[in-house]
Amino acid sequence: MSNLIALQNDTANIVQDEWTLVNLPATQVEVRKQAGKVVLFKLTGEASVAEEQVKNTIIPETGKIIVPLRVFIARNQELTQKLAKGEVGVWLATHELIEDLIANVEDINTLPIIAIFVERFADGRIFSLGTLLRTRHHFKNELRAFGDVLRDQLFFLKRSGFNSFFIRQDRSAQEAIAGLKDFSAPYQGAVDEPRPAFTRYNRGI
Amino acid sequence: MYKYDEIDQQIVDERVAQYRDQVRRYLAGELSEDEFRPLRLQNGLYIQRHAPMLRIAVPYGMLSSKQLRKLGDIAKKYDKGYGHFSTRQNLQLNWPKLEDTPDILAELATVQMHAIQTSGNCIRNITTDQFVGIAPDEIIDPRAIAEIMRQWSTFHPEFALLPRKFKIAVSGTAEDRAIIQAHDIGMEFYLDHNQQIAVKVWVGGGLGRTPILGTVIREHLEWQHALTYCEAIVRVYNLHGRRDNAYKARIKILVKALGIDAFRQQVEAEWLNLKDNANTITEAELARVAQHFEPMPYETLSEHDARFDAAIASNTAFASWVKRNVHAHKQPGYRAVTLSLKPHGKPPGDITSEQMWLVADLADQYSFGELRSSHEQNLILADVKLGDLYSVWEKARANGLATANIGLLSDIICCPGGDFCSLANAKSIPIAEAIQMQFDNLDYLHDIGDLELNISGCMNACGHHHVGHIGILGVDKDGSEWYQVTIGGKQGNDASIGSVIGPAFSAEEMPGVVQKLIDVYIEARTEEERFIDTVRRIGVAPFKQHVYADKNLAKEGAAA
Repeated sequence: MSNLIALQNDTANIVQDEWTLVNLPATQVEVRKQAGKVVLFKLTGEASVAEEQVKNTIIPETGKIIVPLRVFIARNQELTQKLAKGEVGVWLATHELIEDLIANVEDINTLPIIAIFVERFADGRIFSLGTLLRTRHHFKNELRAFGDVLRDQLFFLKRSGFNSFFIRQDRSAQEAIAGLKDFSAPYQGAVDEPRPAFTRYNRGI
Repeated sequence: MYKYDEIDQQIVDERVAQYRDQVRRYLAGELSEDEFRPLRLQNGLYIQRHAPMLRIAVPYGMLSSKQLRKLGDIAKKYDKGYGHFSTRQNLQLNWPKLEDTPDILAELATVQMHAIQTSGNCIRNITTDQFVGIAPDEIIDPRAIAEIMRQWSTFHPEFALLPRKFKIAVSGTAEDRAIIQAHDIGMEFYLDHNQQIAVKVWVGGGLGRTPILGTVIREHLEWQHALTYCEAIVRVYNLHGRRDNAYKARIKILVKALGIDAFRQQVEAEWLNLKDNANTITEAELARVAQHFEPMPYETLSEHDARFDAAIASNTAFASWVKRNVHAHKQPGYRAVTLSLKPHGKPPGDITSEQMWLVADLADQYSFGELRSSHEQNLILADVKLGDLYSVWEKARANGLATANIGLLSDIICCPGGDFCSLANAKSIPIAEAIQMQFDNLDYLHDIGDLELNISGCMNACGHHHVGHIGILGVDKDGSEWYQVTIGGKQGNDASIGSVIGPAFSAEEMPGVVQKLIDVYIEARTEEERFIDTVRRIGVAPFKQHVYADKNLAKEGAAA
């Protein structure tokens, strides 16, 4: 059973994933500590991918693929043909900079999909990244959240411009889908509905 | 005050349903501890030493009598018959059962209340001056904008999971009573030279582990842009705040690290993209919300009342209560009254269900059915006629709500501390009670005069100890409880962070230490000086010397 929820015209369905996610080869990760506690979140802009990893990433020959941002940038030439066929999307983690993506793609809407990896659900940077991609960079295609994606964050993700959600594997996407409808008339304007309640409704004088 | 329409009501009702399901899933084992934590916190629920603690939002401190009555009912039905007003003007229940919290929220929703975002890493309850709307020195009543900001910040999708908590205060008076410089964002409303409402925006203030006063990021912001400008600030913070270290995650650390100029540059660049978007506040929306905060239907009264004057002349207890607990009002013949939640020897800020019901009745009878909570943890009847003050006093006094100590040493601001809070290093309430008993003489307290004493049970500084004239911080040393003392902190326009006087003390020493500080002040003060003025004039050294004199002798003795 697929764990991917796709939102189309405000209707959410569980759909098969047409995309293959290309991962970086694993490396030794050193455990860092700050103030006696294990560091759970990488700093925004922090370099986290080794050249070696980029070099050793296996890019599949066929099919639609979502490649890591660093691979997309460093090995762009290898992707030219697939890019032309609309078979390449890009994923980045919440600590990576969308400016790096923007600087390396002529027209962001040539990408059929951008996916954001959220390692821990409490990392709210994902909401700003979605918002910026939609409002600042006018990205119109599929925007996907994957990683630690859970029911109770779906409503916020939807409002921040995401339209597909890869629910964490150990959770039911069928149950999570309800989270998209937690609130029917939110107060503030956001990506999915730019008008705040005060201009959307006649709230009287 | 603001009254919900269908949209507001639907949001709190849907919140109850959402939260009820979250609790169900948690109890069914479908949500892990780590997954449930941010969800419950954003609904004000802490897991504490004895039981959960539920923090109920009182937006910018405004309450109706109906709401307070309901809070009294809830405390009776689901708790031990009392509640605690916090320094964020909210009400905390110390003993609810986790399983009952959805029902409590459902009951709150029937009186247009909730616990949304009273904790967690999100935009918290917006606070302001408890005399908002009635203070003679008020230039702008900021409640309409505060309410618009409350709605904007409620479930703001982009800011649902910030690096850390985020506190906003608004104020519209000449003299700041909302400690806007101690907030992540402080909004100071004023009239610009075109007589238009404008905002001076402060950023990066905060107490806690690293106390820092805010800096002005923008001198002049037109009110229409209040939301979009805050959006720009919070976005920069959301993206660049230190998520790697919880102790460095507040916006103040980011502002300090970048420097205000670089931070401002980023915010202004962000704002260029947001300015004038759909979240720009319209005249119509301001007018719609502002009508909820129109002045009360006051009677035309004289500034004098013969009965009142006679009562003052004949009753010294009443006179001293009026001196401390009654405050000036914009409207002739009216006064604001502070009902003290600081009777000596009781936990500061605590109030029983019976007292809540009584205060609700007083509000209905004497103050248009409304009241306020203050960040000093007292309740305020904002619109009482001069001629009614004596009756209010009698009824309040009969119910333990008329201690004439507002602004005095025993009007202690105090967090729940180690008796209740699992974050605390040390108890705070027993220290407050012991100090109140040390100074349990109203004449003496009045002689000491204006003095703010703040106690926090840990670094998180819920008791705002850094801005207390005397601040007391509970610290843990090798598993036992000690208290560090600061003096010279102050809230207001000339806010300052207090200086530590020296090594910490044991709980038993604390009343004596405060006594010694007071002795130095009494000895050194000039006629018109308050404690804080004396500290600022003579510095910390004389206080330190006197407090540690015996200790130093003891040390020398031990060395010899």
